Amino acid sequence: MATEAHAAEGATGYIIHHLTPLSVGEGFWTLHIDTLFFSVVLGGLFVWFFKTAAEKATAGVPGLVQSFAEMLIEFVDTQVKDSFHGHSKLIAPLALTIFCWIFLWNFMDLFPVDILPLIGSLMGVEYLRVVPSTDLNATFAMSISVFFLIIFYSIKIKGAWGFTKELTLQPFGIWLLPFNLLLKLVEEFAKPISLALRLFGNLYAGELIFILIALLPWYIQPVLSFPWAIFHILIITLQAFIFMVLTIVYLSMAHEDH
Amino acid sequence: MSINATLIGQMITFALLVWFTMKYIWPPLFDSLEERRKKIAEGLAAAEKGQEAMHLAEKKAKNVLKEAKEQSSEIVNMAQKRASEIVEESKENAKKESDRLILAAQAQIEQQIQQAKESLRQEVATLALNAAEQILGAEIDYAKHQDIISKVSNQLG
Repeated sequence: MATEAHAAEGATGYIIHHLTPLSVGEGFWTLHIDTLFFSVVLGGLFVWFFKTAAEKATAGVPGLVQSFAEMLIEFVDTQVKDSFHGHSKLIAPLALTIFCWIFLWNFMDLFPVDILPLIGSLMGVEYLRVVPSTDLNATFAMSISVFFLIIFYSIKIKGAWGFTKELTLQPFGIWLLPFNLLLKLVEEFAKPISLALRLFGNLYAGELIFILIALLPWYIQPVLSFPWAIFHILIITLQAFIFMVLTIVYLSMAHEDH
Repeated sequence: MSINATLIGQMITFALLVWFTMKYIWPPLFDSLEERRKKIAEGLAAAEKGQEAMHLAEKKAKNVLKEAKEQSSEIVNMAQKRASEIVEESKENAKKESDRLILAAQAQIEQQIQQAKESLRQEVATLALNAAEQILGAEIDYAKHQDIISKVSNQLG
């Protein structure tokens, strides 16, 4: 794709340029430096903010930072308590991390599409894709991690034998074993794929529309990009929320013993 | 658009973030929330208790006040009764005293009348004697006519 971008000019070139990641390496061992850089920076931002709040946390009158952190904690905790009835030390922090990290990723979408690539090009960086959630690697990394957790907890709670039985004997009993297995495998693999593709699709499309708006004459741009940006505030929050809630639901399903 | 090693890098980052959140971020913040919730609940309970105690105290105070009012009105009643009694008593005493004084005065008057009568009788007797003496001259022997004189003087009284 990088070579195509060099060749193409005009509107197509502009779009492709914006959606081409800064990468090093060849084949599978390619690294998208921009995705890694921005997600690490945003993760750092998240950790730094909450660490600051956690260090100063008191049971007394909370400060502004603590209030905001507690608001998010309570929000996540309510979601977890609503759908997850087991007892786990991992799920709530996991959900918080997912929600905040994805939200910050998506938030990068609200920066004007040209400003960060422009700064990058001034510093000699040719390609810069600033929204990590428009990279399938980022969304799949998260959903596959969640998938591993689902498998891990399924085996931990139900035992290897119990999990195998669940995969093979439901919903149609032992006589339709292969069919059961196929159905269950599709069901399990659909989880990470749908999680990753939903987030990626929404943000990729959103970013594409921002880029298309940026191609229009300057006097039309605000009329379109302003409402789209406002709408996008809803979308980025909603996508982060959906990813979080589905993670909680999947993990609570993994905890349920039939 | 292709899946590549970035995926692994992202997964490692994600794992680290989750681990950090689980270890250093969630517990202190959540604990402080729980603690504050407990504190608030305790405070509310204490406030309710205090209010209840206040209601009780108010009720008690009302009772005490009522009792005191009753007592005071009783005392006032008694005092009034006593005062009217005293007034009656003193009226009675005064009447008795005045009666006594009147009686004493009457007795004194009577006595004085008697005295005046006595002295008048004496004087009249003397006068009569004198008159008789002057009329009769030395004819009459006082000693001889003693009984006549006293008879006359008795008739005068």
